[in-house]
This record gives sequence, structure tokens and C-alpha cells, in this order.
Amino acid sequence: MGVEIEEVARTIKRPDLVQMYYYLRLTRTLEDRITALYRQGRIVGGVYTSNGMEAVAVGYASALEPDDIIAPYHRDMGAFLVRGITPGEVVAQYLGKRTGPTKGKDGNVHIGDLKRGIIGFVSHLADNYPVATGAALSFRLRGEPRVVVTNTGDGGTSRGDFHEAMNFASVRKLPVVFFCNNNQYAYSTPLNLQMAIPNVVDRAKAYAIPGEIVDGNDVAAVHLAAKRAVQRARSGEGPTFIECKTMRMHGHSEHDSAKYVPRELLEEWKKRDPILKAEQWLTRLGYGDETLFREVEERVKKEVEAGVEFAEQSPLPEGPEVLDGVFAD
Amino acid sequence: MTTTAQAQREVTYLEAIREALDEEMARDERVFLLGEDIGPYGGAFRITEGFQDKYGDWRVLDTPLSESGIVGAAIGAAMMGMRPVVEMQFADFISCAFDQITEVGAKNHYRWGAAVPMVIRAPFGGGVHGGPFHSECPEGWFFHSPGLKLVAPSTPYDAKGLLKAAIRDNNPVIYFEHKFLYRRIKAVLPTEDYVVPIGTADVKRPGRDISVITYGAMVHVALEAAESLTQEGLDLEVVDLRSLIPLDKQTIFESVKKTSKAIVLHEDNKTGGVGAEVAALLAEECFDCLDGPILRIAAPDTPVPFSTPLEEFFLPKAGDVVAAARKLAAY
Ligand SMILES: Cc1ncc(C[n+]2csc(CCOP(=O)(O)OP(=O)(O)O)c2C)c(N)n1
Repeated sequence: MGVEIEEVARTIKRPDLVQMYYYLRLTRTLEDRITALYRQGRIVGGVYTSNGMEAVAVGYASALEPDDIIAPYHRDMGAFLVRGITPGEVVAQYLGKRTGPTKGKDGNVHIGDLKRGIIGFVSHLADNYPVATGAALSFRLRGEPRVVVTNTGDGGTSRGDFHEAMNFASVRKLPVVFFCNNNQYAYSTPLNLQMAIPNVVDRAKAYAIPGEIVDGNDVAAVHLAAKRAVQRARSGEGPTFIECKTMRMHGHSEHDSAKYVPRELLEEWKKRDPILKAEQWLTRLGYGDETLFREVEERVKKEVEAGVEFAEQSPLPEGPEVLDGVFAD
Repeated sequence: MTTTAQAQREVTYLEAIREALDEEMARDERVFLLGEDIGPYGGAFRITEGFQDKYGDWRVLDTPLSESGIVGAAIGAAMMGMRPVVEMQFADFISCAFDQITEVGAKNHYRWGAAVPMVIRAPFGGGVHGGPFHSECPEGWFFHSPGLKLVAPSTPYDAKGLLKAAIRDNNPVIYFEHKFLYRRIKAVLPTEDYVVPIGTADVKRPGRDISVITYGAMVHVALEAAESLTQEGLDLEVVDLRSLIPLDKQTIFESVKKTSKAIVLHEDNKTGGVGAEVAALLAEECFDCLDGPILRIAAPDTPVPFSTPLEEFFLPKAGDVVAAARKLAAY
């Protein structure tokens, strides 16, 4: 599950790791800011964060080429940001503004934008697994060297759609990488009531898909695993399943106090915070120190504040805009 | 009611649902609950809070995230003599169980005589900024599938009585409970056991001039419109369908025969919805007594939007009913 320093030093260049660190910080700061807005009653609807799990989305999204596609789930804010969705657009989406990626039609993490290679998230968990498979199928049919990465939670892997997608992708060796963000709870449901196996990765065996367990709090480890899987997919060897072990540090959504999670478990995982972990790598590799960390922190704060301002000043859509866009032209 | 303590026992729509579940579980040990996060957490809306402590974790089952699997299991258990009540976390996710509901649950009895006494509780409807996947009104999908009963209460009294009736019914019943009403609507309920029979509509407000035929949260919209129209001397009759299948045609026809004018109102999209069927029935059966066109008020044919101004535009409002009533009154 862990990775050696030699491997990281050899395979991840300084600017790449610094950039991943930047996205981890950006994700955390942005989501914390949105949570604060929610507490002030300025956001309608729910707030779902990836607090404590930022390394998964940042790690996989930064392993992709611009032409590749992601089909994320609701705790992949980092992936949206890596793909070029701006903090301002995210806040606008949360506020239901016209400048959000869905122009107020949808909210919060339901972001999609094909121009930036993002297949929109559907609440119905695991629904994006078959869709990602279909995108990969099109690349295979057209002989394009592109790859699709999709993600879901441990809970989502109990859905039939998850299994149907895995099977089809494996039979046809499609260029898709299946991620699972195993944060040990699905809403209030612990893993042992979700499945009778200790590791989600075991589900991949039934479909002859190679699986791997990764420390989901280590952005370097996630990134390297994603790179390997993407490479496999691109070279025609078919899908890989990657289980990221992590912990959801907030409630399912911000209205949920998550009393069902033992506090000790949270304390333990707090020590493994992905931002802390990334700072450790940067330090150990001689890529950066406190000065760099403070610089990045200041930079993302400014970007998030600018984003909030942009979103707040953006117009709301007007009622009749509801009728636009049901059909394509 | 004699004692004031009893008279003041006011409960919300949500508490009425909880009471029905609790009383039915206590009354009949075949009744058991299954769904996502309904155990220690008490369900996304906290309706079953405390139930697992009371009834144990085999009668209040936290399930994996697999709607099709849950409904299929409920169908199996129902055929073996149990009385499962499934909680869909949000009605929207019922689409994941569509196959089991329409192809298995709905058809078993017709094909080979096996009854499926199962209830699916489906928290539905908008007005809560839930966006396209947490605000849907999916009753139309099932309205077209013979073999299911569909109910949609609008008051705490009906919520409790219809849920009890649904649990005691020998058929698969989808119980559409409106999220918007959960904590907004209160009433004093009888202390004794009662059911609201499935298949009976209720005139929530008698009136002389125009019938508004509706259900769910829209009943309150219709009542609000009716109240405001009294100043203009227009007297609306509000018919609450309560049951969508079977539909209480008699009550609908009687109302329209009395008023000669009809508005059909629902929150679901307009095309192919329950309202279309009601309007068609009125055209077939009550043509002779109609003094104007049958007007339909419904949401436009779009997904439910997230942003506040969009959702406000999307949802039918009392003003829409008022406008339609004035138009009809002019005939
Ligand atoms: C098909 C479906 N059923 C129910 C829900 C409601 N719901 C939203 S998130 C969630 C738990 C998800 O758990 P998991 O897949 O482990 O992801 P996590 O949120 O823990 O990252 C549930 C039950 C849903 N979104 N989709």
C-alpha cells in the first residue's frame, strides 16, 4: 500500500508534486469556505465535501493527459479543479448562479463539462461506471489512445450498475480505470454492513480485473497507481480497479454530524491528513519547505476569495431559463 | 375528544408516518423495515430514529446501497408471508429498482397468483432545493404499470391512515410521501387505530364553482388559492386524490358534476402525468356537464432545477391556480 521514497523521487518531478500540493490545498480551502458559507445560511441545498480525501481526486486527475476523460463522483472536487474548473465556477454552482457549470440547473458537486473532459456526476451512485465504460468503448472503436477514469464510493460498489460496467469493460479490455474511494462509510453505513469482504478490491477479481489497494491519503501513491493503470489502459491491456483506503473526516453532508463514526477513528486518520502527508514528501525529497507551504496557502486563499466574490456578484438565472436546454439543437 | 392533553396531541406529517410504522410493527410481527441508513442513523429524514433500539436489527435492517436488491428482497419476503416496508432514501433512487418493481412485484399476482404485500416509502417532491436528483415526482412512471397501488397523502391524518392501509394491503403499494410537508404540516390525530382506505379521494374543501383535482403538496397550494379567491366570490372545491391507483373516479366525477368546471393540478411534469389521465377521464365521462375546458396545471416538461429562481418558476403555485380559476369562471 505504501510507496518508497526512491520510487517517488524517480517518478514524480518537483513541479508535478508541488502542483499536486497546490491542488490539495485549493480543494481544502475552497471546500472549507463553502462549508462556512453553508453555516451562514448562504447556500441552498446540501454541501458535500472531500475533507480528508482530497488526495484521491487530485492524485488520479493529475495522472491524465488533457485528452483523457473523467467521470467523477461526489467527493472529487480536486479532480474538477485539476481539470480547470475554477473556484469561482464551483461557488457559483453552489449558489445556483448562471455562471456555474450547469447555469443553476443543478447544484453543488453535480458538475459536468465535456470541453474540459468531465462527464457530469449523477446522484445515483455508480451510474457513471457504465457511462465511463461507454466513453472508453468509443475510444477503442475509433482507435484513439485516450483513457477514462471514473470513481465511486464503497457504497456505490454494491449497485448492479457497478458490476455490469466492470464485467463489460473487462470482457472488451476497454481503456477505463475504475477508482473506488473507500472511506469506510456510506452515509451512516459501515463497510461491514455494505459487503462481507474486507477489501473492495476483491470485487474486481470476479471480473478478472487486476486490482490494487492504495493509501488514499497519499497523493503520491494515488498518482503513481493511477499512472500505472492509465498506462495499462492506454496500451490496450484493459481496465484496472484501484481501491483508495481513506476516511471521510466530515459528515456525509454538512448537515450530518457523523455521530456514528467513532471519534478515535477520526483522531487516528487526522494524523494521516493528505495535506500533511504531501508536505512530508516535499520536505523529504527536498522539493520544498515551510516557505513554499505558506506561499501556496496564501495563493489559494486569495484565489478562493476571488472565486467567492465572482460567484456572489454573478447573476442568478431567470425563471423561464428552466425551459432551455431539454433538447440539443 | 375529552381531555385537553389528547386534544393537543398535534403531530407533523413526518411524525404521523413514524407513528404508523411504529404501531404497525407493534401490531404485526411480520412487518419489518429495510433501507439505507434507517438503523442507528434513523434514515435520511430521521423517520425511523430509535426504531432499531426498539425492534432490533433484524426488523430494522440497514441494507447495502442497492435499491434493486432491496426491493427484490422485499418482494421475496412478501411472497413468503412477511410484510416488508422499504425506505427509498429519496424517491429519485427508485429508478434503480424500476425493474424489480414493474416487472416482478407488479406482475406476480396477475401471472401466477402470488400476492406481494409490500410497501415502498418514497420521499418525493421539490421545494427543498434538491436539484434534479433529489426532488423528482416519479409517480408517473408507475402510474402506467398495472399491478401496483400508488398513494400520496397530503395531511398527517391521511399520511398515517394510508400507510397503515398500505401495510395491511395484499399488494405492492408505493407510498409517495412529500418531503416538503414533513415538518411544515401539523394536525391533531385520533388516538385510536384507524386506516384511510386506499382508493378513496377526499374533498378537502367543499366548493360550488370549480373543482381543483390534485394530490400531495399541491393540495395545500390549491387550498391557498381557494382561500384567496373567496374575496372574489369564487368558491373552489379541492379534491385530494390521496390514491392515484386505484383512482376514486366516483368522487372526482361527483365533484365536477356539481361544479361543472375542473382544474387538474400536480407537481409532476405535465406530459403523460396523472393529470393527463384525470383530464381524459373527465372528457370521457363528464363532457355533458362541463361548462369550460378542463385546465391542467403542472410543472413544465423539464428536470427539476436547482437554483432558487428556476425552482420557483418550475413549481406550480397558488397564483397559477388563481389565474386558471379566473379564466374558467369567465366561461
Ligand atoms: C443509488 C443511490 N442510492 C442512494 C443514494 C443516497 N446516497 C447518497 S451518498 C450515499 C452514501 C454513499 O456512500 P459511498 O458510495 O461509500 O460514498 P461516500 O459518500 O462515502 O464517499 C447514499 C446512500 C444515492 N446517491 N444513490
